[in-house]
This record gives sequence, C-alpha cells and structure tokens, in this order.
Amino acid sequence: MAIAKVLGIETEYGIAGGPDMDPITASSIVVNAYAQQGRTRINWDFHGETPELDARGLPGLTSFAPIVETHLANTVLTNGARLYVDHAHPEYSSPECRTPLEATLYDVAGEEVMRRAVLVANESLNPEHMITLYKNNSDSKGNSYGTHENYLVSREVDFSHVVRAMVPHFVSRQIIIGAGKLGAETDHAIDANPYFQLSQRAEFFEEVVGLETTLKRPIINTRDEPHSDAERFRRLHVIIGDANLSQVATFVKLGSTALLLAALEDLGPEPFPSAPRHPVRAVRAYALDPTLRAVEICEDDQWRTAWDFQDQLWELADGYVEKRGGDAVAEDDEVALVLRHWREMLDGVRDDADAVADRVDWVAKLRVVNGIRERYDLGPHDAKLRAIDLQYHDLRPEKSLAQRVGLFKMLDERAIREAVHNPPGSTRAYFRGQCVARYPDQIAAANWDSVVFDLGEGPLQRVPMLDPLRGTAALTRDLLEVSSTADELLQALDR
Amino acid sequence: MSEQERIQKQRTERAADTATDVNVDTTKGEQLKAELDDLLDEIDEVLEENAEEFVRNYVQKGGE
Repeated sequence: MAIAKVLGIETEYGIAGGPDMDPITASSIVVNAYAQQGRTRINWDFHGETPELDARGLPGLTSFAPIVETHLANTVLTNGARLYVDHAHPEYSSPECRTPLEATLYDVAGEEVMRRAVLVANESLNPEHMITLYKNNSDSKGNSYGTHENYLVSREVDFSHVVRAMVPHFVSRQIIIGAGKLGAETDHAIDANPYFQLSQRAEFFEEVVGLETTLKRPIINTRDEPHSDAERFRRLHVIIGDANLSQVATFVKLGSTALLLAALEDLGPEPFPSAPRHPVRAVRAYALDPTLRAVEICEDDQWRTAWDFQDQLWELADGYVEKRGGDAVAEDDEVALVLRHWREMLDGVRDDADAVADRVDWVAKLRVVNGIRERYDLGPHDAKLRAIDLQYHDLRPEKSLAQRVGLFKMLDERAIREAVHNPPGSTRAYFRGQCVARYPDQIAAANWDSVVFDLGEGPLQRVPMLDPLRGTAALTRDLLEVSSTADELLQALDR
Repeated sequence: MSEQERIQKQRTERAADTATDVNVDTTKGEQLKAELDDLLDEIDEVLEENAEEFVRNYVQKGGE
C-alpha cells in the first residue's frame, strides 16, 4: 500500500545588494530581520542531521559529505518552516504538508516570508545597500542554487526501483514545469548556443545518481536523511526542479511526482516507461529544444521526446488513480485537479502554447521576451531581454514580472497570509509551529523530528516526532489548548 | 523619440485601431495580440532602466 505522500519544498533565493557586496552577510541580515520581528527566535537543532548518509547503502567513493554550517542564522517559524542561511543564500524550507495544494500554499507563503524579511532588513540599510531577492536558480553566469522537493516514500521500496521509475519523469517534466532562461552558462550548453532553454537547472546536471548537491549534481539524489523513522520511511530529496512562480506549475510538479511515487509503491517499476539510455544527455538536450522535438534513445530501443515520456507518465498516473485511487496523495477532487492541469499543460505546450501561458512559467517568460524583442527589434543577446529573464523572478511587487504576466492564481490571498504565521494542521509541523508560537521562551531548539524544551530547571527535554503524520492538529490541538506552559504540556505528554 | 513617447504613440494608435474596428469580428489571434501588447506596455514601465548593469551586477555564489 502506498503511504501518505508527505511533502514540501526548500527554496534558496538569489540575493543582490547588502553591505560589502557579501551575500552571506546579506542573507544573514534578511534571516535575522525576520527572526527579530518577534516571530521567532528559536534556533534550529542539528541533532540527527546526517546529509552524508547514502541511500545506496555505501558512500559514493567520489562524493564528499555535504557540510552543515552550524554558525549561520537558522530559525524555526511559527508556521513550522525553517528559515536560514544556506551557503550564500537565504533559504525557506516549507513545513511538511499532506497534499500538493497545501505544499504549494506553504511554498508561496515562503515568498511572502522573504518579502517581509527583506522589507524589515532594508529599513536598517543605506539606500545603496538595499537587498533584493529572486526566486530563481541561476545567475546566468554559471552559478546555480537549488529548489529541492521532498517526498515521504516507504522504506520497503528498493532504491534501485526509485531510480528506474523516476528518471524518465525527472528528465522530461521540465517541458511543463521548467522556469525557462535565455542562453546557456556551462561549457557543453554554450557550445549548443541556444537562444532559450526550458529549464534553469537542466544544464547543471552531470550524473544520474549521486550524493552531491553542489558539484556533479545528480538527477536522482541519494541523500538518505529521512528526518523520521528510518526503518519505515525514506525522504526522496529531489534536487532537479526549477523554482516556479506559477502556482499551478508548483502544484503540478508536486502532484505529478507524488502520484508517480505512490504508483511505484503500489505497482512496482514495471509499468514505468523505459528510461533514456543517457539520462544526463537527455535532460540537457530536452532543455535546449523549446520546439519539443528532441528525441532520445531509450533502454527499450525506442526513441522518445520529453513529451512522449510525459504523455506515458500521465497515462500511468491516470490509470493508477482510476484503479487504486489517489488517497496517498490527496482527496479525489484535488487529485483530479492535478491530472487535469497536468494534461492541459502537456497538450498546451505541444499544440497551443498561448493557452497555457497562464500556467507554464517558461511559456509565460518566452512570450514576453519575444514580444519585447520584436517590439524593439532587438538581437537575441540584448541586455534588455536578459533583464526580463531575471526580473521575472524578482520578489519586489513593484518589479516582479511574474506578477504581471497573467499567471493563474490557485490560492486565496488570505490563505497565503494565514500560512505565513500558522502551520498546516495535517502533519507534525502543526506541533512544531504551535510550540514555537505558544512557548517561545521554553524552547531551546527545534528541528524536523523533535522539539527540545528548556524549562529552566533540570536537563533539556526532547520531544521526538519520528512519524510525520503524528503531531497533527487532530492529535495535539486539545492538548496544546489546555497547556498554558511548556511544563504543563510535557506533563500531559507523559501521561 | 524617447522610449516612453514611442509607447505612448503606440498606445494611442492602438486605441484608434480599436475604435475603428468595433464592427469587425475579432479573431482569437488578434485578441491575444492586443492582450500581449497591453502586457508589454506594462512590462516596459517596470523594467529596470539600466538593463546592462542590472544583469551584469547579478552574480551569485553557488548554493545547495
């Protein structure tokens, strides 16, 4: 039986400005500004972080363990998210959510968190040091930073089956969820001299499977850090996605991937399309061809376009839902909405791109880039076009192009504002966020799978949360309501 | 003609076009074109003025 697809997105934001032109300082200013607003001062707890563990069981010989930087600003928010400085970027990791729509809501709430953080930060800065943030994945000069999705997967699924089943999806889904960009920035892609690529990220991928995230980026990341009961769960850490400004694109990215993982748990890898023989070549070649005609030879000797893969995967997901239901992912209506948007975007990018310019980021961006190019008769490398490419992702409301291109909004503005402060009720993020909101002075630290209390006397007390589906509103709201102090809460938990 | 003036001129021309075309069936393609033109006007208004410098100054360190 497929298990509940608890999921979420981590986003590293691009950052410009700040004193000394130092992105680490600027990122710290942004994160601290939000923390000092009184929303949270709770530190992140690094207990249990093991980013070097490899899902394949043995450490990759060429892999270096990722470094966990413990000295940088790092906080837990009342909505259950983590806000911190990762390398040289401010990062928002959404709380764990139960459905794709909920995870989309908390990803978009992250944009609002960043917007507010930078507003507060800029109040203390000279005009020439004003900080701006970008929800994108590259600076067009060869530097990339990530948008990572996480999915709860049953430990019973053999990791080789995850690789076998999911590579076709991860190389091809960019045709509907790519954020698009002008030009190229790595040697092999520059050689191809593209005008426009479907994905910001594709050209940075160099391996099929691996532990790395910053060098030799793999299509399937093997980081085995479940942040939960390791005997029951895996956390599939997907590093190959673009940051989306289109809410529908985020929703379909999460929904399609979650449905395929549920299908893998229930049906095994056999129904999945045969993978391309050279997945790295495939993901790059597909990105380089906005006409969607590029074909790749597959393990079964068939040639497939990215569209062919997505068509087959959609049929697989649709058939799976028909036969077994989509309960692992969401309720029926929401699952049907995933399948409908996925199908429409797929048909749209092939037959009528204008029809999906309200949902597909790369289509929306390319339309504006080409429009301005034509209006002023510009060359393909004109700075004005590159400015559009960057400004599409600008978080400033007065500058954001994504907010102007007519993207369809699935989410209610009020729901977004509430999600900035309140956790989802559907996972353990509820307990984490509520504890941070209710007992801020009695929490020493918190992380994904525990909250550590400091009651002033005696040792610190760690409340473990090894099951992402415990600690929900249904299970803990009453307890939290009657506990006016952390002391009372812990006594009640002991009973 | 400055960029701003040119846009203004285009807008005026388009408004005039619309006024004379009221009795003609507008096809989907023309509608889309008109919508895109309005959108491009709006984009023009907020686009960073010094595109060259804006793009050049955006340099990130790698992440993840």
